[in-house]
Amino acid sequence: MSNWLMAGLLFTPLALATTSLLLNFRQGRALAWLGMVLQLLVSVGLRGLVKQEGGFYYSLAGWDAPLGIELRVDGLAVTFLLLTTLVASGCGIHAGIYLKPDKPWQRYFWPLYWFLWAGLNTVWIGGDLFNLYVGLELISLAAVGLVALGGQAEALRAALRYLLAALLGSMAYLLGVALIYGQFGTLSLAEVAHQVRLMDQAELMRPALVLMLVGLALKTALFPLHGWLPPAHGIAKSPVSALLSALVVKASFYIAARIWLEAGEVVATQWMAQLIGALGAAAVIWGSWLAWCQPRLKQVVAYSSVAQIGYLFLLFPLTFGVDASTSLQAQQGITLQVISHALAKSAMFLAAGNLILAVGNNRVDALAGVSHFLPFSLFSFGLAGVSLMGLPPSGGFAAKWMLLQASMASGQWWWILVLVGGGLLSAAYVFRIYRASFLERDEKDHFYHPDRRLEVVAMLLAVASLGLGLAGSQVLSVMALPFEEVQ
Amino acid sequence: MRSPTAYVSVLLLVIMLTALLGRAVWQLAAFDSGSELPRLLQNNLAASGVEHPVTAVLLNFRSYDTLLEIAVLVIAAMVGISMARTRSLEDPELRTADALLRALLRWFVPLMLLLAAYLLWAGADRPGGAFQAGAMLAATGVLMRLTGMPLDFLRPGLLLRIGLVLGFALFLLVGLASAIAGEAFLAYPPGLSKALILSIETLLTLSIGMILLALFVSAPVNNASEPEEGEQ
Amino acid sequence: MSTPLLYALTGVVLWGIGLLGLVGLRHLLRKLLALNLIGSATFLILVGLAQHHNGPDPVPQALVLTGIVVSIAATALGVVLIRRYFHLTGCTELGNGAEGSKEDRAP
Repeated sequence: MSNWLMAGLLFTPLALATTSLLLNFRQGRALAWLGMVLQLLVSVGLRGLVKQEGGFYYSLAGWDAPLGIELRVDGLAVTFLLLTTLVASGCGIHAGIYLKPDKPWQRYFWPLYWFLWAGLNTVWIGGDLFNLYVGLELISLAAVGLVALGGQAEALRAALRYLLAALLGSMAYLLGVALIYGQFGTLSLAEVAHQVRLMDQAELMRPALVLMLVGLALKTALFPLHGWLPPAHGIAKSPVSALLSALVVKASFYIAARIWLEAGEVVATQWMAQLIGALGAAAVIWGSWLAWCQPRLKQVVAYSSVAQIGYLFLLFPLTFGVDASTSLQAQQGITLQVISHALAKSAMFLAAGNLILAVGNNRVDALAGVSHFLPFSLFSFGLAGVSLMGLPPSGGFAAKWMLLQASMASGQWWWILVLVGGGLLSAAYVFRIYRASFLERDEKDHFYHPDRRLEVVAMLLAVASLGLGLAGSQVLSVMALPFEEVQ
Repeated sequence: MRSPTAYVSVLLLVIMLTALLGRAVWQLAAFDSGSELPRLLQNNLAASGVEHPVTAVLLNFRSYDTLLEIAVLVIAAMVGISMARTRSLEDPELRTADALLRALLRWFVPLMLLLAAYLLWAGADRPGGAFQAGAMLAATGVLMRLTGMPLDFLRPGLLLRIGLVLGFALFLLVGLASAIAGEAFLAYPPGLSKALILSIETLLTLSIGMILLALFVSAPVNNASEPEEGEQ
Repeated sequence: MSTPLLYALTGVVLWGIGLLGLVGLRHLLRKLLALNLIGSATFLILVGLAQHHNGPDPVPQALVLTGIVVSIAATALGVVLIRRYFHLTGCTELGNGAEGSKEDRAP
């Protein structure tokens, strides 16, 4: 059974990418719906399998690590697989209706989309360091392609900046992998974690760890390496921005988190952990401040991503030098934060796209009157904002609550200020959008009303992020499951 | 213009980072690691279907990496084609007046094609394989293109796109077939490894050649684009 | 000091040169070349360090082959984008703070 599910998981996105390349945009769209259903079945199936039997290692091509590539399918991985399915399906459905189908370059959208999805799947279940590098490159190049597709000079500028930053990040990561292979002679993360605990000179791995974390932080746009994100996410078409902010930046973070949780305890220092946390805190403040200042709607949402990404990096100080239960709490909090941010940010970008389509202008102050005539789209934007602010019962609230508890339990009370302060700052820029849209301009409805389906998709994602807080224990139940030991 | 202080501080920073990296490499070199990977590889080489260990690693032990890197190549080719000037590949701007090149091509092209085929075949037991052969094919195409020959099969149409994904598609289908047969994804059935590897490599050669050539040919850029969201 | 270790240390120096070029140079094509240099440096370190310990080792060699192909794809993508950017704007540099340079249409 697991064989079928794994084969389906790995085969479907790549096969769909290949087939979509031979079709045009409309045919690709019809095929994409089939693919989304297949991926949903496979993700749900894998989650059920892991819930029943615990996590497992899957050896690709029949060769075990360290000779072959090993995939690690555990509770965290299947949760992210399911999240990717939901968010990417939403963005794909939105894109199918939102994008103009008759442009000559549009036929390349679906292959890039499916390759991006395949790369994301590779990262979530990856257990081999070099395979993760190839997966990261797949994601980055597909993302750059999506940003640049059919774009004018501004989009190309953003895409080039993105490409250069992404490549530098990958190279730094690969250098870390090179140093690790030189030290341990294996590329399997589990094997490395096992060996580094047995040796007494664990700090030899520190340069490699630093390199990998810096490279991955650059790809995740952690302050101060965030400069490439706002242009790229702000200029891309809305469904693409949604995919980028919700899923793509999380992939590099996921790898950093995995490596930290496996080896950080023995290799890193408290100083490193606190520094990463401090940069995250700076990201929250700086990103929120810049989000409040932006004149264009999508730039507000893009800088909001920079801010929210800062929260994620609180994982590092909260899992270093603390006891196991606090560490687990922090991990669960960050998992909930990633999921709720993915749902909320994709909803926000899709809703922003709808609003821009309706208003015909991408400035915030052009939104006047929207609350009267387009309440549906504005409402999804608002609900997503609730999750970003961390108000109950949203997923953002549940995540922040767990992180607050972890901060107190580990004695690192200063992160509480960041969590609370960040919530207030996000409220500032979300309410700025509300204010702009609640202004009355005149009583006439001269807005273009976007297709109902576009608004429904955004609403569904927003409601999901809101309801996450209620379903939080369900979602997290898979994470603490038993996992087979390293052979 | 950047100020001299900025330049100097960047230079010093980079020198410091390089020194730290050098120190890390030096310390790791002194550390005795002892990897069991080469020995494992030697033991399993016979079961892999090819004699050359690098080919075995690329197309058997770590075949998923190879699959994904072909996907990366296809992505680059797609983005390149999406920006290409469509329809006509007869580009007078590229036609060279170099009669010597055109004359020499009559000798070069068959030799290069032969060399590409040799590189593909030799990959089984000595350095060679799909990428090297594909690069050779692409180089042949580039030379032909530089003399202004209209390479019809490179028109951005269905045929080109089929050619781009052919190798990848076969690789993927082989992986799926073994999974259906009950083994892991991408595991070759015992006994068929050599035949499968060879057929995958052949189609990959053709695809890689076309990908690289399409990237070169798509250099003439079209003007079409669409406005940013919210701007007309 | 064995030969592979010499390669690895050369890779370290090349990484430094590449990083300096990426950060310091302004022309996009040169930045891309600097990235290629960084890539080659990383491959040198990978193979050099591994073979210093184990002798001739096919696994890092295969990894470097994969890395080269990925690097080609990335460079090609970069070149295509630069080419189109140049065609549309006539610039070969990214410039700073270029956001907001277009006038937003008034409602």
